[in-house]
Amino acid sequence: MTIKDIRDILMAELVVGEEWGDREVHTACGSDMMSDVLAFMKDQSVLLTGLCNLQVIRTCEMMDIICIVFVRGKLPDEAMIEMAKEKEIAILTSGHRMFSACGMLYEKGLRGGPDYK
Amino acid sequence: MNNDIIVMTYEVPADDFTRAGEASSSVKGKLKKMGVNPDIVRKVAIAMYEGEINMVIHAFGGTIDVIVSPEEIMMILKDQGPGIEDIELAMQAGYSTAPDNIRSLGFGAGMGLPNMKRYTDDMKIESILGVGTTVTMRVSM
Ligand SMILES: Nc1ncnc2c1ncn2[C@@H]1O[C@H](COP(=O)(O)OP(=O)(O)OP(=O)(O)O)[C@@H](O)[C@H]1O
Ligand SMILES: [Mg+2]
Repeated sequence: MTIKDIRDILMAELVVGEEWGDREVHTACGSDMMSDVLAFMKDQSVLLTGLCNLQVIRTCEMMDIICIVFVRGKLPDEAMIEMAKEKEIAILTSGHRMFSACGMLYEKGLRGGPDYK
Repeated sequence: MNNDIIVMTYEVPADDFTRAGEASSSVKGKLKKMGVNPDIVRKVAIAMYEGEINMVIHAFGGTIDVIVSPEEIMMILKDQGPGIEDIELAMQAGYSTAPDNIRSLGFGAGMGLPNMKRYTDDMKIESILGVGTTVTMRVSM
């Protein structure tokens, strides 16, 4: 699944990263707690979150996460957009709630990582 | 990579949540440039970032030294915060004393210290109540 596919499935708006729309996403993670996200190490992932602050971008930078989906229509501010561009992290914003957004991507074949041990 | 030992030192400012993570970001960029294996870079970045956030939300900032040698990357995070009363308890997944305002910023799941342990090959916490905490972590090359 590509970043553009995610945009279409979630009827989302691509706020940052038009030029990276064809990048492949292999796994997904959904959480509002950043240390939960940091406990998950996978390549080429997308993060779905309702949290909208600079530390979300930082967390994704540390994890090499390539795309963020803000649910419930949350919009990143200028500083977040700047940092995302610099770190090459695509940002989507979707009006769907977390549960629905995760479910829609799961239905199309996207999966989370292995269980936390 | 050559055989030199490289030392990087950072001051982590207190009470500036938006700047938390700048030191980790800088280290991540430098390690990448040095050509360190991407998996190792990511482990170091995640562990250091968790520690840096802890210094900001639980202490009053502090200093971080990162020492890169051909064998390993060592991170020393030192603060003059309140200290940790029961280290074993603090290490348990889910244990957190973070207040609600920190939780609403996305931290306080009680997963930071367990993550730091998981992503590093060795981790040591020294803490004295009212004096401060030093966390030393190593990741082997
Ligand atoms: N540098 C520190 N100084 C004082 N206390 C600390 C420090 N680091 C951690 N602690 C204590 O240990 C607890 C557990 O830390 P840990 O990083 O695992 O979780 P957290 O920071 O509360 O939440 P999370 O890391 O999931 O956002 C903290 O809630 C705090 O009480
Ligand atoms: Mg923490």
